[in-house]
Amino acid sequence: MDFLLVQALNGLASASSLFLVASGLSLIFGVTRIVNFAHGAFYMLGAYGAYSLYRLLLPLLGTGWGFWLALPLTALAVAAVAALVEILILRRLYDAPELLQLLATFGLTLITEDLVLMVWGAEDLLGPRAPGLKGAVSILGQKFPLYDLALLAVGPVVWLALRWWLTRTRWGLLVRAATQDRAMVAALGVNQAWLFTGVFALGVFLAALGGAIQLPRDAIHHGMGLQVIVAVFVVVVIGGLGSISGALLASVLIAELNAFGILLFPRITLVLMFLVMAAVLIVRPSGLLGKPQAPAQAVSPSRPWQPWQPPVRWLLLAAVGLAASAPLWLGDYRLSVASEILIFMLFAASLHLMMGVGGLISFGHAAFFGLGAYGAALSVHWLQAPMGLALLNGPLLAIAGAILLGGFCLRLSGVYLAMLTLAFAQIVWSVLFQGGEWSGGDNGLLGIWPQAWAASPAAFYGLTLAVVVLAILLIRRLSLSPFGYAVRGCRDNPLRAEAIGLPRGPLHWACMVFAGAFAGLAGALYAFLKGSVFPDSVAIPLSVDGLVMVMLGGVQSLTGPVLGALVYKGLSMSLISAVEYWRLILGGLIVVLATALPQGLSGVIDLVRRAPPTGPSTEEPRP
Amino acid sequence: MLTWVTETRTTTRVAVQGAIRRTLLAAAVTLSALWGTPQAGAAEPIRIGEVNSYSRLPAFTEPYRKGLLLAQEQINANGGVLGRPLEVITRDDGGKPGDAITAANELLSRDQVSLLMGTFFSHVGLAVADFAQQKKVLFLAAEPLTDALIWSQGNDYTFRLRPSVSMQAKMLAEQAAKLPAKRWATVAPNYEYGTSAVAAFKDALTALRPDIEWVGEQWPAQGNIDAAATVQALALVKPEALFNVTFGPDLTKFVREGSVRGLFDDLPVVSLLTGEPEYLDPLGAETPEGWIVTGYPWSQITTPEHQAFLQAYQAKYNDYPRVGSVVGYSAMMSAAAIIKKAGSTDTAALIAAAKGIDVATPFGPITFRAADHQSTLGAFVGKTAQKDGAGVMVDFSYRNGADYLPPPEQAAALRPR
Repeated sequence: MDFLLVQALNGLASASSLFLVASGLSLIFGVTRIVNFAHGAFYMLGAYGAYSLYRLLLPLLGTGWGFWLALPLTALAVAAVAALVEILILRRLYDAPELLQLLATFGLTLITEDLVLMVWGAEDLLGPRAPGLKGAVSILGQKFPLYDLALLAVGPVVWLALRWWLTRTRWGLLVRAATQDRAMVAALGVNQAWLFTGVFALGVFLAALGGAIQLPRDAIHHGMGLQVIVAVFVVVVIGGLGSISGALLASVLIAELNAFGILLFPRITLVLMFLVMAAVLIVRPSGLLGKPQAPAQAVSPSRPWQPWQPPVRWLLLAAVGLAASAPLWLGDYRLSVASEILIFMLFAASLHLMMGVGGLISFGHAAFFGLGAYGAALSVHWLQAPMGLALLNGPLLAIAGAILLGGFCLRLSGVYLAMLTLAFAQIVWSVLFQGGEWSGGDNGLLGIWPQAWAASPAAFYGLTLAVVVLAILLIRRLSLSPFGYAVRGCRDNPLRAEAIGLPRGPLHWACMVFAGAFAGLAGALYAFLKGSVFPDSVAIPLSVDGLVMVMLGGVQSLTGPVLGALVYKGLSMSLISAVEYWRLILGGLIVVLATALPQGLSGVIDLVRRAPPTGPSTEEPRP
Repeated sequence: MLTWVTETRTTTRVAVQGAIRRTLLAAAVTLSALWGTPQAGAAEPIRIGEVNSYSRLPAFTEPYRKGLLLAQEQINANGGVLGRPLEVITRDDGGKPGDAITAANELLSRDQVSLLMGTFFSHVGLAVADFAQQKKVLFLAAEPLTDALIWSQGNDYTFRLRPSVSMQAKMLAEQAAKLPAKRWATVAPNYEYGTSAVAAFKDALTALRPDIEWVGEQWPAQGNIDAAATVQALALVKPEALFNVTFGPDLTKFVREGSVRGLFDDLPVVSLLTGEPEYLDPLGAETPEGWIVTGYPWSQITTPEHQAFLQAYQAKYNDYPRVGSVVGYSAMMSAAAIIKKAGSTDTAALIAAAKGIDVATPFGPITFRAADHQSTLGAFVGKTAQKDGAGVMVDFSYRNGADYLPPPEQAAALRPR
């Protein structure tokens, strides 16, 4: 009994830290709709910053004041940096397609990781113990750290402060109004720009504070940011986007389930959080305390697509011809790189089918890619299937996954749907990761090499090119078929689409299955390109890569993901081999591209194609 | 040119590509010769391709690279190998097996390296080992610790330098058996390294002490330990001793929570890798005392080979070596010794040479066993202590890896036919 109480308190202390970071993210998303991928990076900056500031203040103020001042001061400093980021970068992107901020903040995360390495070095740092709270108290005969006791209080205090601020101040009133209806707030003459800057800075302040208060408990290290970001997203979604109380409830739920879960099933640590999220979303599609939102749109309704006109056709044919001649003028290594880029073009195009055509955002698209890779690898490893059959089995397994996931997604939309796909991917990942012998666990499956006829880099490239070009043509055909029109109709105007009898759910389901099949095909090819598969191919970084490719290229047309994959994969592969601080450069380029070309790379092509010869701008005046 | 034209008419498309490539290559070589770049021949370096998780694990890989480059400098100062200088080309794999394959591929087909080496994570090591077998090139795995690399997934082309998980677990089990404790608990990260370390330790300890009881286990997520809950859960089963496999930030958190909550009072702890400077140094003034660990007490090893290495390292970098430095240095020295013995950079000759080769390392002479391609590099086993607010190892001694490996015939039977 004593034990259970103390374990419950442990859970609450963890919940408190989690809530601090999560409430910031929830505020930011609620008001600005920014999916702030850099939230973890700011959290990490808070920890590193507090460490350095503490050491700076130590000779001036001594341990006590030095420590307790360093925490809030660092959080303020990081918040100031965040405000600058919002003004210089994110503010330019509010008119851009939703999720473009995800791309920009992803770039920022890459930059921060390398900057931290340059400034603070590679080794883990050990923060000081909290002065005055170093020891433990005895609670029912169990020792409980004083600092954790203090943390217990932080969560509720921050929650109360936020509640007061949201309900009792004018600024809070505006924030709540903007969370409900941004357009209306703008129409009433509120200066949105400063409201957003303020909320973004406040959210980041909470994240940085959350990082800084880890000083006495955690080691300060490079993985901190990425480690916290996923957990925090999960908390925010379980609680309901934009709901501070929901975030608190979800933090407690997750932390307590974890504290007690490991007593019964010590192995559950990897997947518990995602199981909870999946369960909550299936029962409550808007999170525990969230309100249903206007469906977030990945794409603003755009000019309908047209079949390619002759000049474009010839151009594309020439491009494919050029690609087909690559074995004549590229070496073995470059051919393998080209094969990999082609595979990721298909992966990005399949994600685009879901996001761009269907308007269904996915944060877990790697699930289908990985299922495809494992489908191929398992059939080679256990059934000695020939390559052709394995390439078929990959997509089949992915289709099975998509059918399963799609069934659960029917009631969901927007970021909630995206997070359910993430949960699905993580559950698949942990099954493969802990699968033991049949899946090879985290040591993967080896020896998945192409058969002799496709073994040379040139032959494999030829095969990949043929498959990818056909698949992408098929995706385009699908998008322009009646099915594609119906799916896009549901995307652009769900109400009207439903009114004319389009079955939204089944259409979305089918769209997801098609997208899954193509991603699975890409995964199967990838398995043979690399000769082995690992749970990495289902993991979050790959899903993020897919999103980055689509957003970088532009979500408006199929040209986008293809271009995006070419540029992103090409850049990252050449940078990683050429320079040490490749994340810094890659991140910088992504931020610049996102800011300069909010419609993506393919947006440039559209601009060129549509540009009036001369004369005044044809753009409609903006309010 | 004439021959080229006739060739295109008569041979298959593949031959055409080859011919074009050869022609272009010949043209490039001629051009570069005209431009006055160094003539191919005596001075042409022997290139070694190295892949590692530089951006993902800088705390280990930076000292590792320093060790690597120090060895390269020393080898070349002594006239190189086979009369040619040695050049190591390093590539980042970002901690992903797929990217490691890309990097290995680039090193092999563009940089024309003679052999591959490196890698940190077990799964990345396995991916590159499989690639090496496919491409028929020698791979000297420096760091990956999984047993699979040389046993269940072993192949002809792959050799491994560091003592494996099971070797280090056995070294610790030997000490653990001397403790009176009968009720043991374990805590390990939830992935293959953790599970195989716990399994190997349990096997080894149970063999020595059949009376031991395993009363609890915790498997925190790697890099994301919920330290408070884990410590509490371990305390619940009232163990008499604990085997720990967590490392890095997880270890720091675990130690901090455990110390404050009094978990480690009167609880002997046996801990894998914790004595390595990479993991011990960040613990600083909070280093727990008296843990039985494997590690590298760099400042206290007095053997002449280590003294020479230490002085050279400190002179070059003005920093002290970590385990990574020793691994990098020894890996490079091994590669050089293999090429020297082979007398050429032909893969078959390299493999033949690597089997049973003796190499001098800062830890003393080691042998790459012919039976399972594992080197006999060992590790230091000792206890942790605090000295001037920093963690150190005391009462340590070097354990030769050879004593913790199964006999050659038995090891060879573990490998696929």
